[in-house]
Amino acid sequence: MSAGQGSPPALELAGLRKSFGKTEIIRGVDLAIGRGERHAIIGPNGAGKSTLFNLITGRFPNSGGHIRLHGNDLAGLQPFEINRMGLSRSFQITNIFPAMTVFENVRCSLLWSKGYRYSFWNMVARSRDLTLGTEAILEQINLTARRNLPAGVLSYAEQRALEIGITIAGGADVIMLDEPTAGMSHSETDYIVDLIRQVTVGKTLIMVEHDMGVVFGLADRISVLVYGEIIASGAPEDVRADPKVQEAYLGAALEADH
Amino acid sequence: MNDTFQNTAAKRPLVSLRDAAPWLVATGFLLVMPFIFTANSTITIMNQMAITIIFALAYNMLLGQGGMLSFGHAVYMGVGGFMCMHILNMVEDYSLPLPLPLLPIFGGLFGMGLATIVGAFSTRKAGTVFAMISLGVGELIAACSIIIVAFFGGEEGIPGDRTYGLPFFGNEFLHPIDVYYLIVFWLILSALLMYLFSRTPVGRMANAVRDNPERAEFLGYSARKVRFISFTASGFFAGVAGGLFAINYEILTEENLSLILSGQILLITFLGGVGFFFGPIIGAIVFTLLQTVLSLETELWQLYVGALFVATVMYFPGGLAGVLMMHYPSVKLGKVKSLVVPYLKTLVPAIIGLLGTAGFIEIMFHGRHAAVGDEQMTLFWISLNSHSALPIVVTLVLAVGGIWVARRFAPEMAEAWHRSITPNAPPPPAQPPSTRDAA
Ligand SMILES: Nc1ncnc2c1ncn2[C@@H]1O[C@H](COP(=O)(O)OP(=O)(O)OP(=O)(O)O)[C@@H](O)[C@H]1O
Ligand SMILES: [Mg+2]
Repeated sequence: MSAGQGSPPALELAGLRKSFGKTEIIRGVDLAIGRGERHAIIGPNGAGKSTLFNLITGRFPNSGGHIRLHGNDLAGLQPFEINRMGLSRSFQITNIFPAMTVFENVRCSLLWSKGYRYSFWNMVARSRDLTLGTEAILEQINLTARRNLPAGVLSYAEQRALEIGITIAGGADVIMLDEPTAGMSHSETDYIVDLIRQVTVGKTLIMVEHDMGVVFGLADRISVLVYGEIIASGAPEDVRADPKVQEAYLGAALEADH
Repeated sequence: MNDTFQNTAAKRPLVSLRDAAPWLVATGFLLVMPFIFTANSTITIMNQMAITIIFALAYNMLLGQGGMLSFGHAVYMGVGGFMCMHILNMVEDYSLPLPLPLLPIFGGLFGMGLATIVGAFSTRKAGTVFAMISLGVGELIAACSIIIVAFFGGEEGIPGDRTYGLPFFGNEFLHPIDVYYLIVFWLILSALLMYLFSRTPVGRMANAVRDNPERAEFLGYSARKVRFISFTASGFFAGVAGGLFAINYEILTEENLSLILSGQILLITFLGGVGFFFGPIIGAIVFTLLQTVLSLETELWQLYVGALFVATVMYFPGGLAGVLMMHYPSVKLGKVKSLVVPYLKTLVPAIIGLLGTAGFIEIMFHGRHAAVGDEQMTLFWISLNSHSALPIVVTLVLAVGGIWVARRFAPEMAEAWHRSITPNAPPPPAQPPSTRDAA
């Protein structure tokens, strides 16, 4: 499972900091995530998990420290540049193209990786690789029957599935999912977890998740973020047993969960 | 090396008849129009219409497709037009071998050139920032028209003569009809290219960036660059329209750069409907008709156009095209016939009411503004005295009565429409269920 000796980790954070005005939200995060690892980030509300995602994906500039993707420093890069380097993310609040059809949503997320870039001399409808690729993703996220509906009319769970489809469509090898199962029923959660497992085979997965069942079922490693710092990081059993974690967060969450 | 791929793709014909049909019909229609409307004055109106259509389609590449609200798009058409005027004069002065039908390309290139410069900073953001920059740049270039006299010709503008160039296959473009076919050629070409643009990767991403620029950035696209490409493409076609304007009118003045024209094209595009490719075409046709025909009938035509615009924004944000497309499901379900009676019941009184209102306004306007002693006026081909009470009462009764009746039947119309777009609706009690509805 672990990467070959000497090759850099998929994602590496070193002394990462972020302040909004005077308040420091991310207070020195060090973390290395190996290739092919499924890594969960957990922590109480407001701990800075989404902010961490926003820093990694270039949505916000950081206030200090480094982020490296496959060994390349991401300093100063825009979200689209980072995406082109093979990192793709989903959002805690569903972020799709609601007015466009489900099919169009997926097709747009394929365009760059299929090499179409800013082309104005190809017709999308005539590009078989695009059509076939889009259909394959739709099949994978189980939305083939909904392909011609505007994405905005899908049910919440379907929109979340579409969001995951958009995120993985471009073939990025580092996938970041921010609370993919938030607000879902049990059966919907099971469906999404299966989907995540399926579509991230052979990829590096970093996910924020509150549902401990999902976390312990999916993750190879867990990091616990509390108040902008990682207080524990390791295999699920070790993290679960860590007294610091018990005290700060997990005990309460586990109790609430059962 | 591409051959295997091409072969699989080649199973589909290059263009299907279904895709080509609207274009062929439109082309045929444009070609025969001058045989139906032969008067020179009508052909002049059609020329103006065609130029406006190109400009409106170009504008909608920004507004409808790219989500960029521009308050200063006339400058791209204007600069393209001025440039063409200068080129035309150079063709005359130096006897250059440039056939007139090619002139609009230069309008396009200069429109695009200006759009490249402005777009480099204005497309960073959409929304208010873009709108304000477009307004500022529009104002700035309009102001240049009286400063840079050599290029814009000051208050007189730049005149030219399209007939001095080389004859094009013997045609010297003396008559409006010659110009008509030249413009129609460019109209079809531009419209087709703009339509195809919307089907390309960057055209699809223009829609994506319009709907959710942030998400597009996380899919590998720079929202700014996507906007920039749409913006320059729009500048090109606006410039083509400018070149055609130069050919048609043989003069460009500061009015061609004015914010009034920029506002007008926004109005036209919105009126037609920004959500559909053909929306601006409808808008341009309706507006040009109002501008040319209605303006002959009444001085108040702009009031009515303004009212139409406000009503569109308030009640039909999809524009006229949106209203048409609302009925697409009814057509598909074969239920259009069920709409005729309820629509007539509402729309006929509504039209009577509106005409009554307009008549009332016209009488009041005449009564106040006509010269003293001039009490006779013509309203809807009826001669009447604008100072007597009877016409005022009649128009008021028609206005109030018509609108009252229309409002009474409006819910019925809405109900009928809802039923017509719903498949398998329960049939009205008296009639047996029709098999077509079930399909
Ligand atoms: N753009 C911003 N400007 C100012 N403060 C912000 C901004 N984004 C986040 N914050 C603050 O940073 C803190 C962490 O927010 P963040 O969304 O990262 O938490 P989280 O761990 O994802 O929480 P949750 O579990 O509720 O999603 C919060 O106190 C929030 O108010
Ligand atoms: Mg969060």
